[in-house]
Amino acid sequence: MSQSRDSKLNPSRLTRRRMLQATGAGGVTMVPGLGHMGWAQAQDKPAIGTWPAGSQGNTVYVAAAVPLTGTYAVQGADELKGWELAVEHINTNHPLMKTLAPKVNNGVLGKKVELKSADSAAKPNQALQAAQTFINQNKVILLTGSTSSAVAVAMNKFAQREKILYMPGISGSNDTTGKDCVRYGFRQGYFGEMAANSIGPILLKTFGRDRKMAFMTPDYTYGHTTTESTERFLRDKGGWKTVTNQVSPLGTQDFSQYLTNIANSGAEFLMNVNWGRDAVLSSQQAKQFGLLPKMTLVLPYQIPFFAKEAGVDISEGVFAATDFWWTLEDKYPLAKQFVEAFQKKFGYRPEWGAENAYVSFAHWARMVTETGSFYPPDVIKHWEKGEKIPSLVGDVHYRPEDHQCVRPVFVVRGKAKKDMRNAEDFWEVVDTQRGEDVIQSPTAFGCKLGDYT
Amino acid sequence: MFTWGNFISQCFNGLVLGALLALISSGLTIIYGTLGVLNLAHGAMFMLGGYAGWVAYTYTGSFIVAVAAGAIFVMLVGVVTERLIIRHFYARPHEDQLLVTFGLGIVFVELVRYFFGSLSKTVPPPQALAGITPLGFMVYPTYRLALLGIVTVALLALYFILYRTRIGMIVRAGIEDAVMVDSLGINIQKVFMLVFGIGAMAAGFAGIVNAPVVAVAPDVGDAILVQTFVVVVIGGVGSFPGAVLGGLIAGEIISLTSMFNPAYSYVMLFIAMTLVLVLRPYGLLGTVGRE
Repeated sequence: MSQSRDSKLNPSRLTRRRMLQATGAGGVTMVPGLGHMGWAQAQDKPAIGTWPAGSQGNTVYVAAAVPLTGTYAVQGADELKGWELAVEHINTNHPLMKTLAPKVNNGVLGKKVELKSADSAAKPNQALQAAQTFINQNKVILLTGSTSSAVAVAMNKFAQREKILYMPGISGSNDTTGKDCVRYGFRQGYFGEMAANSIGPILLKTFGRDRKMAFMTPDYTYGHTTTESTERFLRDKGGWKTVTNQVSPLGTQDFSQYLTNIANSGAEFLMNVNWGRDAVLSSQQAKQFGLLPKMTLVLPYQIPFFAKEAGVDISEGVFAATDFWWTLEDKYPLAKQFVEAFQKKFGYRPEWGAENAYVSFAHWARMVTETGSFYPPDVIKHWEKGEKIPSLVGDVHYRPEDHQCVRPVFVVRGKAKKDMRNAEDFWEVVDTQRGEDVIQSPTAFGCKLGDYT
Repeated sequence: MFTWGNFISQCFNGLVLGALLALISSGLTIIYGTLGVLNLAHGAMFMLGGYAGWVAYTYTGSFIVAVAAGAIFVMLVGVVTERLIIRHFYARPHEDQLLVTFGLGIVFVELVRYFFGSLSKTVPPPQALAGITPLGFMVYPTYRLALLGIVTVALLALYFILYRTRIGMIVRAGIEDAVMVDSLGINIQKVFMLVFGIGAMAAGFAGIVNAPVVAVAPDVGDAILVQTFVVVVIGGVGSFPGAVLGGLIAGEIISLTSMFNPAYSYVMLFIAMTLVLVLRPYGLLGTVGRE
């Protein structure tokens, strides 16, 4: 044992055969018959993460750790459907996918794509365990999932350490592509700062200056950064004042104590940054406590299925900033294709979680196929060229400095029941903001991307 | 921020929350006291009550039918579970009992998720109890006020059963010394089944009467279970008055702390529990040496 170890370490005895064995021991299986090519590859592109082992079969695996239980279960299930549809479209050359990623050809680079998924319950530990399992068992080449920025931030670091690409699902924290950004992570979706800068102007235009607001904030990175961004915009641009900020743990069910504090605060606006079921319950209870409709409810960061769960009597008139709403199909032909394909497969119109999931995978497929290789540093470098690429809502680009997609943000307002054209016609798009106008400078939140290898 | 209006409002919140916790905890504590089984499926039973009630409400539109359905269904679940599963674990180590009830809890939650999905369900309060009542110091949801009354009545009923009936006497005797009760010729097996049923019913009843306040979802019982344990520890294991006192204390701690900083309300609750464990390990109204 020790003899063979020594011989491997002794440079004078390093033959090509030994070199291949050593590389093999590092987790790489060389394809027989590659001859000189294999040697060249091993030399200037050492194995990294699950490359090349993960892309040597007929199938490449991508993995999602997504909340299917807990506070964000409903949103997670919708997201998962978006990924499923994207993978199906990648493997079948769907016209929509061919528009978003033209070089996709019944798969990527000659491989079928298969999606693996597991429940994260929106908990970082559970998500990391699932991701690790998929790496061990399937040698996945792309990780995704989150619907809690706490998970996204943890997965970011994990992806960077494991050198596997990661695209968060829903992640609203400024930190995901801010102070906790990584070289291996790319975010398609909008986040707190973009949401605040999008919804702020219309709030000031509609309600004027110098108003009093109460925040309800979930106690983790998404909540704190989104509240801070929203508060900053309205304070600096419109003199709005925060009279109280009620911070609650994720998964709170009874909000009576928080609402009592707000009832006694003199606030005119209830800025509900809570998310998932927390947002639904806190808003419903705000109504029970008579805070609504006395105060005006605002959802800075839109929650999929909010109107359906909380009821139209609560969502009516509410402003929210969002990544996507299905009525955008009237304006964007690709959105229409997506909504139709999604509805046909799943029986309802997609929410923004599904849209973000679908487009994220489409962008990944585009980058890999354009690069012509699964080698992660090459894919990242291609991605960092920041080319304009199509999305469902017009052309977008990723910034090389923080890997954030610069994309439009939409402001919607809840419709009254009588104005709804169908059972899912909850929101009306009232404003569109260009990504460039609402995003902060790439260095504002302290992003340092880290290494390629 | 502190104002007297807010203080009184929060005291009131604490009372409502505390009453609810008291009811759920009393179910847990009598099961543990009598059977010696720590029922980790108690939270899931709370949830089942909500769903059974929701189903009944959907079909009948009657809140009273929903409450009855929630309570009775969970009692039946309790009785059947005791008969088929729990009974085989009395003689086994505590770890086995924890595992089996923990597993049952997961099964209940996942079954509900399988049949009803993750989207939360709403049971509206009866028409007469909808709306808001001005209390002077604040406006308060009428149903939450009613909830205080409903839970108080339920606790009184439970008190009556435990302290004013023959079966209650047997149960209390069983809490003190099950072997002796058995030796005296009382069919303790039947009593155990009944106790498990009553304990489960308390959770199920709480689950449905709480549904109009927080909506029903598969994992609604998870957080409740933890709080209920704290209440039982504070009040004293196996003590019905302890559960009531512990519930009210826990409710007030959560509410009053949140007046200053909501993030610390559960920290304070656990600090209180730790203090009780250090100073009075058997709980405020518990009995020394009771297992």
